[in-house]
Amino acid sequence: MIAIVDYGLGNLKSILYALERLGQEAIITSSREEISSANGIILPGVGAFRRGMENLNKANLTSVLKESVKAGKPILGICLGMQLLFTRSSEHGKSSGLNIIPGRVEKFGAGLKVPHMGWNQIHKTRPSSLLAGIPEGAFFYFAHSYYPIPADAGVSVGVSEYGGQFASAVEVGRVFATQFHPERSGNLGLHVLENFCKICRKS
Amino acid sequence: MLAKRIIPCLDVKDGRVVKGISFVNLRDAGDPVECAKAYSNAGADELVFLDITATIEARKTMIDLASRVAKEVFIPYTVGGGISSLDDARALLEAGAEKISINTAAVRNERLITDISKAFGNQAVVVAIDALRRENGWEVFISAGTEPTGLDVIKWAKKVEKLGAGEILLTSIDADGHQTGYDIELTAAVCDAVSIPVIASGGAGSPEDIYRVLTEGKADAALAASIFHYGKYTIGQVKEYLHKKGVCVRR
Repeated sequence: MIAIVDYGLGNLKSILYALERLGQEAIITSSREEISSANGIILPGVGAFRRGMENLNKANLTSVLKESVKAGKPILGICLGMQLLFTRSSEHGKSSGLNIIPGRVEKFGAGLKVPHMGWNQIHKTRPSSLLAGIPEGAFFYFAHSYYPIPADAGVSVGVSEYGGQFASAVEVGRVFATQFHPERSGNLGLHVLENFCKICRKS
Repeated sequence: MLAKRIIPCLDVKDGRVVKGISFVNLRDAGDPVECAKAYSNAGADELVFLDITATIEARKTMIDLASRVAKEVFIPYTVGGGISSLDDARALLEAGAEKISINTAAVRNERLITDISKAFGNQAVVVAIDALRRENGWEVFISAGTEPTGLDVIKWAKKVEKLGAGEILLTSIDADGHQTGYDIELTAAVCDAVSIPVIASGGAGSPEDIYRVLTEGKADAALAASIFHYGKYTIGQVKEYLHKKGVCVRR
């Protein structure tokens, strides 16, 4: 069972349907118990960083997420869900994140069209279980205005080009994150989700 | 590299896909979910569903459609037509649509752009602008291209960006349905005026038309209906053409 965390921001149904398509049992939930007992967690999300953290706090979910990660439960952050895993964001002044992956989140620079919207390529930087079987340079769907900068660039397993390189996929132990939307990225996106499901089944 | 997007548009009336010539003379061309699946398999980067009935009953049909598509199709899709409140937008986004598109309601109630953007992020808000060529520029039309607003297209485009739109779907009323090419000048003028992505619409008749609007017209994406719906060209053929001409596309 995979718990898709509902904290009022997202894009949850499309992830649920994608997992169902893969034959993976999943629930959309904001229950600490259901999150704790799941084999894996997906933290989705769209919109503003600060609002995301506020909603997680209000729903009393930050501690269960951190504890689950500590216990080695696989987690996949998608889009804003990826960004929330980092230490802080410059969005709306300064906002603190979950600090599961050290690093910060910044806005794309001037002169670029923002949001970065559409299909961009993932360049693989090292072997990864999340991106296993994904060809180098494959396209995935993005829709975001901020991007993560990990403190340790080595956590990236995929980078993309948009006015410079940014970390579009990271993997640290059993913490996984993609800035792109696998649930909106066709068959290759489903393949990434399938990789995550396999990781969850093994744990 | 960020790819230029090819987006088939599915006009929906009473749950069926149709396409008019300059917004009139409708022809029936099939089931929306089946069309969506076929286009996704054919390499479409995104889909747009425009409800051209836009009655209260049609709202429910569109929410049902959004939900059915979400279960079958795993590429982004936008739903537009008749959305006039935050609740309308919420119902469609929660059903599984990636973005909603607003047009008439955005002109009549500018705050709606900001409200939806604040609730769901600006990447979820597409403002559709229907433009008619005038002596000095272009005028914004609403109500499916029937009602002039007196608004200048360039000024309105800048304003919707400021209000929270994440993308502009720009249709040339003059070119729409004629398959003789996009309004390149209009598209380039809007692309120069804003720093959010712009989808060009209206007039696609050949791969070259699409090439021109993505290069000279500076558009981030090209929307087309008839040339795909009636099998004149496949999405694969268009992308092959663009790739050969040096345009980055997802293949």
